[in-house]
Amino acid sequence: MDYFRAIYLANERSPRSLQLTAEAIQLNPGNYTVWQFRRVVLEALAVDLHEELKFVDRIAGDNSKNYQIWHHRRWLAEKLGADAVTNELEFTKKIFSQDAKNYHAWSHRQWVLQALGGWEDELAYCQQLLEDDIYNNSAWNQRYFVVTRSPLLGGLAAMRESEVKYTVQAIRASPENESPWRYLRGLYKNDTQSLVEDSQAASVLLDVLTSKNSHVHALSLLLDLLCHGFEPSQELRSAIDVLTPESCSPDLALTKRISSILEHADPTRVKYWNWRKSTTPVQSAQCQNTDRLANLSMQ
Amino acid sequence: MGELLVEKHAKYIITVEKRKDDFESVVMEHLRLNGAYWGLTTLDIMGKLGAVEQDEVISWVMQCQHESGGFGGNIGHDPHLLYTLSAIQVLALFDKLHVLDIDKVSNYIAGLQNEDGSFSGDIWGEVDTRFSYISILSLTLLHRLDKIDVGKAVKYIISCKNVDGGFGCTPGAESHAGQIFCCVAALAITGSLHHVDKDLLGWWLCERQVKSGGLNGRPEKLPDVCCSCDIVISISKSVMSFIDSHVVASQVCYSWWVLSSLIMIDRVHWIDKGKLVQFILDCQDKENGGISDRPDDAVDVFHTYFGVAGLSLLEYPGIKPIDPAYALPVDVVNRVMLGR
Repeated sequence: MDYFRAIYLANERSPRSLQLTAEAIQLNPGNYTVWQFRRVVLEALAVDLHEELKFVDRIAGDNSKNYQIWHHRRWLAEKLGADAVTNELEFTKKIFSQDAKNYHAWSHRQWVLQALGGWEDELAYCQQLLEDDIYNNSAWNQRYFVVTRSPLLGGLAAMRESEVKYTVQAIRASPENESPWRYLRGLYKNDTQSLVEDSQAASVLLDVLTSKNSHVHALSLLLDLLCHGFEPSQELRSAIDVLTPESCSPDLALTKRISSILEHADPTRVKYWNWRKSTTPVQSAQCQNTDRLANLSMQ
Repeated sequence: MGELLVEKHAKYIITVEKRKDDFESVVMEHLRLNGAYWGLTTLDIMGKLGAVEQDEVISWVMQCQHESGGFGGNIGHDPHLLYTLSAIQVLALFDKLHVLDIDKVSNYIAGLQNEDGSFSGDIWGEVDTRFSYISILSLTLLHRLDKIDVGKAVKYIISCKNVDGGFGCTPGAESHAGQIFCCVAALAITGSLHHVDKDLLGWWLCERQVKSGGLNGRPEKLPDVCCSCDIVISISKSVMSFIDSHVVASQVCYSWWVLSSLIMIDRVHWIDKGKLVQFILDCQDKENGGISDRPDDAVDVFHTYFGVAGLSLLEYPGIKPIDPAYALPVDVVNRVMLGR
């Protein structure tokens, strides 16, 4: 480190400096000053940046959560331009094969797609990751990113039908998984009415609520839909009847009963469900509760 | 139910701050200013700041300043926003902000704002909503928020809002508790919380509490075993290399990020506070002091800070209240902002 200090202070931009930064980085890849000086030297020496990528590959193997490496990689990809796309997408894939939720790698991948392209196989890749682990929230997020931002797919409106179909399947497979429920809401961003009218949503609610699985997310969505004028079928009403605790009066409004079931089923968040109960109207339609679904926000 | 071992934690922090030669210090060397902020803020919350050699710390902090006005993580390191905020916070703790050339520091920070309102962390240009928070907080503490385009800064943060109500590091990036803290705090400081869907985000945040009482950082498969600090969005950029060296999974840090966010949007009563207090207390090293990421793991200053700060947010008796947006004791914030 003392040698590094010396060349750094002397601002010496030589092959020897490059070698010393490599050694210092191997010693501590988190030292951002060394990385920054290395970029200065690389620029001054006009080194072949493909060689530099190989160097980063070697370091990144054991340090995939180090900010400096990702930053350095982006700097390289920016310099290499479209040439870098395949390599960078493959590199992040390799990282995801060990850690599918690596935040840095996802951030890098999104940047590559937007800045340099390579969208062609991205939806299929999300599909593959979700097949490996349907709970991978990063993959769900990436799926939404692709569906809403890919220049090749026509946007959310064009993709909605097929995406709802996929999401509903994922919910059936694991109703306790928070991610697809949120994804489903996201697909109807700024268009709650269509969600209320979607027969696939109604059907998955019935399936989950009549199964032995966790009912929390289904009940929560049902509560929201009821607030927006959803008319539940007789079967769905019966399913709620079955789940209603004995302590609860059967004459109570459907929305109130659903809140009571949630208070029992999810005691950690009893106060949240209690608040939902207090802000939910007795009759469906017109929710005084902040317009939760409609406000699913601009991005 | 155990209690917070104030004396032991204070002793632990002072010992770590003094260490210069062991392995942990070498790996931490480049982010020592972050470490100083964590350690000293924890001491102050516990009423133990007097145990530190104030002049020595201030003189060292000032030696970390670069001619550009920004601060490096240690003497001789390049400047970065992360350490510039830590320097300002440490000086604020000691009521010594006047030793700074305020305009020089604030010009450095303001110079890192980009055309779209976002901020880069340093001259190399990495953009992240963490840096928006850091810039806004730093300039607020220096009373120089007028040096940046606040409207554009807010607009950029809102562009990182997701359909689940949370925020990511850039537009379209996954919501994560650490990133949400940065964005919500920046919006709180600039009086822009009306842009947050409080009920939706509050629900997402309270879903982070798991059976043990602890919190995770985002939805995942096995909340009780695989929460990870790996995505430490913290105030620290390079702490990763340190954390990764001995921590695989973590939860205590989320007590700070999730809790402070819930408080800022006025929804903290939606979680089970008693269980969370117990969880944090269970992560204490009862022999030697310090708090770990989860019960029975190795302690570090980073988690000791997040644990104690989390307890402070939970109004644990006998320690000072900490401000959820400024990440400094409330009395320090009042002194800096209101001159009290």
